[in-house]
Amino acid sequence: MSGFRLSSGGLVDRTSPRSFRFDGRAQTGFAGDTLASALLANGQVTFGRSFKYHRRRGLLTAGPEEPNALVELRDGARREPNSRATTVELFDGLVANSQNRFPSLDFDLMAVTGLLSPIFAAGFYYKTFMWPAAFWEKLYEPAIRRAAGLGRASGAPDPDSYEKAFAFCDVLVIGGGAAGLAAALAAGRTGARVILVDEDFVLGGRLNAERQVIGDVAAADWAAAQVAELQSLPNVTLMSRSSVVGLYDGNGYVALERVADHLPVPFPGMPRQRLWQISAKQAVLAAGSLERPVVFAGNDLPGVMLASAVRTYLNRFAVAPGRRAVVFTAIDDGWQTARDLAASGVEIAAVVDPRDDVAPHLLKGLPSRLGARVQRAFGTGRVQGVEIVGADGIVTRLAADLVAVSGGHSPNLGIATHLNHRPRWSDAHLAFVPDALPPGLSVAGSANGTWALGAVLAEGAARGAAAAAACGFAPVVHDIPRVADEVVARAALWRVEGGRGKAFVDPQNDVTDKDIALAAREGFVSVEHLKRYTTLGMATDQGKTSNVNGLALLAELTGKSIAATGSTRARPPAVPVALGALAGTHRGKHFRPTRLTPSHAWASENGANFVEAGQWLRAQWYARPGETDWLQSVSREVSAVRDGVGFCDVSTLGKIALEGPDVGAFLDRVYCNTFSTLAEGKARYGLMLREDGFVMDDGTVARLDARRYVMSTTTANAAKVMQHLEFCHQVLWPELDLAMSSITEQWAQFSIAGPKSKLLLEALFDGAVDVSDAAFPYMGAREVLVGKLPVRLFRLSFSGERAYEIAVPANRGAALVVELMRVGAPLGLVPYGTEALGVMRIEKGHVAGNEINGQTVARDLGLGKMMSQKKDYVGRAMAQRPALLAPERPTLAGFVAVDPAERFSGGAHFLAPGAVVAPENDLGFMTSVAFSPSLNRWIGLGLIANAGERLGQRVRGYDPMRGRDTLLEVVSPVFLDPEGARLHA
Amino acid sequence: MRITCTYCGSRDVSEFSYLGDATLTRPAGGEGHAMLDYVYLRDNPAGPHEELWYHAQGCRSWLRVRRDTVSHEILDVRMAVDK
Repeated sequence: MSGFRLSSGGLVDRTSPRSFRFDGRAQTGFAGDTLASALLANGQVTFGRSFKYHRRRGLLTAGPEEPNALVELRDGARREPNSRATTVELFDGLVANSQNRFPSLDFDLMAVTGLLSPIFAAGFYYKTFMWPAAFWEKLYEPAIRRAAGLGRASGAPDPDSYEKAFAFCDVLVIGGGAAGLAAALAAGRTGARVILVDEDFVLGGRLNAERQVIGDVAAADWAAAQVAELQSLPNVTLMSRSSVVGLYDGNGYVALERVADHLPVPFPGMPRQRLWQISAKQAVLAAGSLERPVVFAGNDLPGVMLASAVRTYLNRFAVAPGRRAVVFTAIDDGWQTARDLAASGVEIAAVVDPRDDVAPHLLKGLPSRLGARVQRAFGTGRVQGVEIVGADGIVTRLAADLVAVSGGHSPNLGIATHLNHRPRWSDAHLAFVPDALPPGLSVAGSANGTWALGAVLAEGAARGAAAAAACGFAPVVHDIPRVADEVVARAALWRVEGGRGKAFVDPQNDVTDKDIALAAREGFVSVEHLKRYTTLGMATDQGKTSNVNGLALLAELTGKSIAATGSTRARPPAVPVALGALAGTHRGKHFRPTRLTPSHAWASENGANFVEAGQWLRAQWYARPGETDWLQSVSREVSAVRDGVGFCDVSTLGKIALEGPDVGAFLDRVYCNTFSTLAEGKARYGLMLREDGFVMDDGTVARLDARRYVMSTTTANAAKVMQHLEFCHQVLWPELDLAMSSITEQWAQFSIAGPKSKLLLEALFDGAVDVSDAAFPYMGAREVLVGKLPVRLFRLSFSGERAYEIAVPANRGAALVVELMRVGAPLGLVPYGTEALGVMRIEKGHVAGNEINGQTVARDLGLGKMMSQKKDYVGRAMAQRPALLAPERPTLAGFVAVDPAERFSGGAHFLAPGAVVAPENDLGFMTSVAFSPSLNRWIGLGLIANAGERLGQRVRGYDPMRGRDTLLEVVSPVFLDPEGARLHA
Repeated sequence: MRITCTYCGSRDVSEFSYLGDATLTRPAGGEGHAMLDYVYLRDNPAGPHEELWYHAQGCRSWLRVRRDTVSHEILDVRMAVDK
C-alpha cells in the first residue's frame, strides 16, 4: 500500500497537470505540488538511501527540515545534489534522480553495510582508520567517500547567473505563516516599510495545511485575504520562495531568493537566485516550529512520518500518505492528524498516546490506546505494522502502512542563535524557547513556544505593532479574528526502548540511540563532543529534527536535566546556499576585473605577450615574426633600447596628485629622504618606509609648480600608498594644509629610453617644446601644452639610459603610441615590455618588488644613505633598531656565475663553499635574475649576509627546487655603467 | 554590519578597511620604547574600543569609530581629523 491522491480538496490545481521524471520514469502531478507530494501521490515509497547504511528512506517531513528525501534535481550542468524533494516546487519538465544508491533505489548493493553495522558505530572512523596514517588520504578516505555520501555535483560550470542585492526596511518579518502574516499586517498598516520573507511558494505556512477556521473562513482562505491586503500596501514587500539564512552584526540579515528555481530554465536575463542583504531596524522571527520524531526501533522505515507532515500532505496537497494509519503522539496536536486522516477516508488503526489521560473530546470516534507506546515499526521495504507496548507491558501488533508520529515541537530558532544568543529549555513547553535575543529581534508564534492559533495571531500582531512602534510608527487598531479554542497539552516523549532493530535519532547521518549511548559511555558527555563524535546534527539538515532528541537522550543517559545538558545553537546558513549565490555576479572576469593600459589594443596588434600585474595586463614582450623564444625577443628589446630608443607603457604605476602649501613638509615626513628642498620643475626619487622601519614603496615626486606635485608609486602598491598618505594626513598631521587625489587612471604614461630618446622627443614635438639639456636637464619635470593637449614630461630613468617619461590624458594615450611609432620609425623605435624593463633595472642594480618585499630596510637595499639625519619621518626611529643595522643582516649584492655560460635563477639560497646544506648556514637568497644581453651572461641580484666583505668572493647558489647548484661570484649590484654616463649620453 | 560614515552616511562594512586603536598618539621624534609601544603594543579590550576605519570604497575619510568589541555595536563615528 502506498500514498494516493484524494479526489477533492487541497491547494493543488487539478486542471493544471505537470509532467516530470523521477529516476527516468515519467510521472504527472499538479500545479501547487512539491516534488515530494507529487511522488507520494504516485505511490513512491522510497525516496532515498541513507548515508551510511544505505537503508531505504521515505518522507519524514513536508518542509525544509527534511532529512531523508534528498534528490539530484535537474540534469547536465544544472544538476543540483541534495535538493530536498519537500521544498522543490513541481514544474513541467522537472527531472530528478535519487542519490546515494547503486545501482538503483530499489536494489542497492551498498545496503550490505547495514549488516556490518556493528563496526560502523560512532567513532568507527576514528578508531579504525587511524593506522597507518599514510593510508588515510590514498585508500580509506576515497573508499569511504564512494560508499557513503550524498549527491554528485554536476562537475560542469553553472550555466545560470546569480545576483546580489541590498534592501532596507523598518520591520523584517521572517516567516509568512499565521504569526508572520499578522505581524506584517500590523506593522504594514502603520506605514512602516515592511519586508516579509517566506520560504514557500504560497504564503500562509501551516494555515495552508490545516482545516481550522479563522473568523468564519477556512484558514487557507484567511491567509490569502491577508496576503491580498499586504500586496495592496505600497510600503510592504512580500518575498516568497525566499529564506532568511543568517543574522549578522548590526541587524544585517541575509536572505536567499529562489528567483527561477521553479522554472525549468531561467528566462533570458533572469538570475537563478538572488542573495539579499537586508538591513532591518527591527525584525520579527515567525519561523514556526519543527515537529520532533520519536526514537523507536524501525522509526526510519518509509511510511513513518511526522504527524504534522501527514496533515500537510492531506490538507494542502490532497495526498493521503497511506490507507491504514497508526498515530503515535504525546501531544494533543497529533490527535488532529488522526481526525483529518479519518475525514479523508484513511482508516485509523489506533491513536497511541503514552498519557494515561487526555481531554475526552479527543477520543471521540477514534480507536485509541492510552498509556501505550509504539516500541517498533516493522516491515520489509516499508512499514507494515507496529508493535505497541501497553500500560500493562503487553506487546500487541497492529497492521498499518502509515505511522504518524509526534514527539512535540521545537521552535525554529536557528536565526535567533546566529549571534551567540542561546535559547533556554522550558519544561512547560518541552522545548527550547527564546531567552536573550539579538538587538531588534523579537519572536512570535510557535517559534516563541506559543502553540494555539488564536494566541499565535494575537502575538504576531502585537510583535509587528511593537516593532513598527520602535521605528517611530504610531500604532493602528488591529482586530484579532476569532479562532476556536484549542487545547495544547503535551507530555515528554523521546524514546521507546524494547523494540528489536535500529532506532534512529538522526536519520540523515544514520546516528542511532546506541551511538549516543556509546558516546556517553566513552565520556563524550558534552553536547559539542557528542555532536562531533557521533556526527549527530552535522548533516545538511543541521539536525533540525534530531538535535533535541539527541540532547534528551544524552540527558537521560547522564542522569541530568535537559537544561543542564546543554542547548542548541545554529550557524548560518539556516538552509543550504549554493556557492553560486554567494559569488553572485563575481564570476570569471567579474571576480577580478582586468585593467587595460591605454596602449593595450595597439600592443595586442603588435605581437605583445601580456602578463598580469595585479589586475592590470601589461605587455611583457613584443614577439617579432621569426622570434621563437621569449628570451630572444626580450634581449632584442634590451639591445634596441641600449643602442637606440624604445618605449614602454608605464601607465600602471600609481599616480597621486598632491596640492597645497604644505606638500613639501608632508613629503618630508612620509619619505625617508628630503623633499622640501625640491625645486619647481624638478623630480626626485623617494623611498617610503612603514612606521616599523621597513621599506613600503619607492617612486618619484615631481614638483610641477609652487603648490602642485605629482607622485608615482609602484603598480602593486598604488592603493596601499594612497591609504597610507591619507592616514598620515588625516590622522597624524591634520594641521598640514594639502589635499591629494589618485590620478592613476587619468593619465597615460610612457617611458622613452635610450641614447636616441632626445631625438625622438624632438621629432615628436617638432620645435613646440624645448627638450635641450639646458632647458630640460636630468630629473627635470615640466607641464606643457602641445596645441590644446596638456603634456607632462619627466626626465627620469629606470634603465640607466637617457630617458624620459611622457604623460598625456588617458584617452589620448593610444593616439600617442601611434604618433610615437610614426615619428620614431626613422630612429628604429621599438616598443619594449616589462621583461626588458626588468632586465635593464637588474643590469643597473635598481631594486624593485622582488627586493622591496616587506622584509627589507633601506640599508638592506643599499639605500641607507637616503635616510635623512635632519628630520623626523615615518619609520625613522624603528629603522635604527640594532638588529636592522647588524652587518650579518643580508643586504643587496650582485651575482654572476663563475662559469659565464651557466644559468641560475631567483630563489637560490647562498651557502659558503663547503658548508653543509642546513638552514643555519643559509647566507641569504637570490631575489632577481636576468640574462643580460649587454654582458652576454646571466646576472642576479640577491640579499646576502656581510655583503660588504664578500665582494669578489665565491658562494654556492643552492636551488634544490630547480635542481641547480651554481658556483657564484659576489659582485657589485651595478653591472652596467656604474658612473652613470649613459644617463646623459 | 554598517558604519555611518560622517561624510557619506550609512554604508556597508565592506566599503571600509580596518586599522586598529585610534587612541594612540605618534611620539614625534620618538625613540626607543615610546616608538616601540606605538608601533607594536596594543590592548585587546572586551567592550567599547576607539578604532580607526578607512572609507576606502567611498570618500577616503579616516574615521574614529567607537565600537563594542563584544557586541560589535557601533557606538559613535567621527572624522579622524576632528579628534
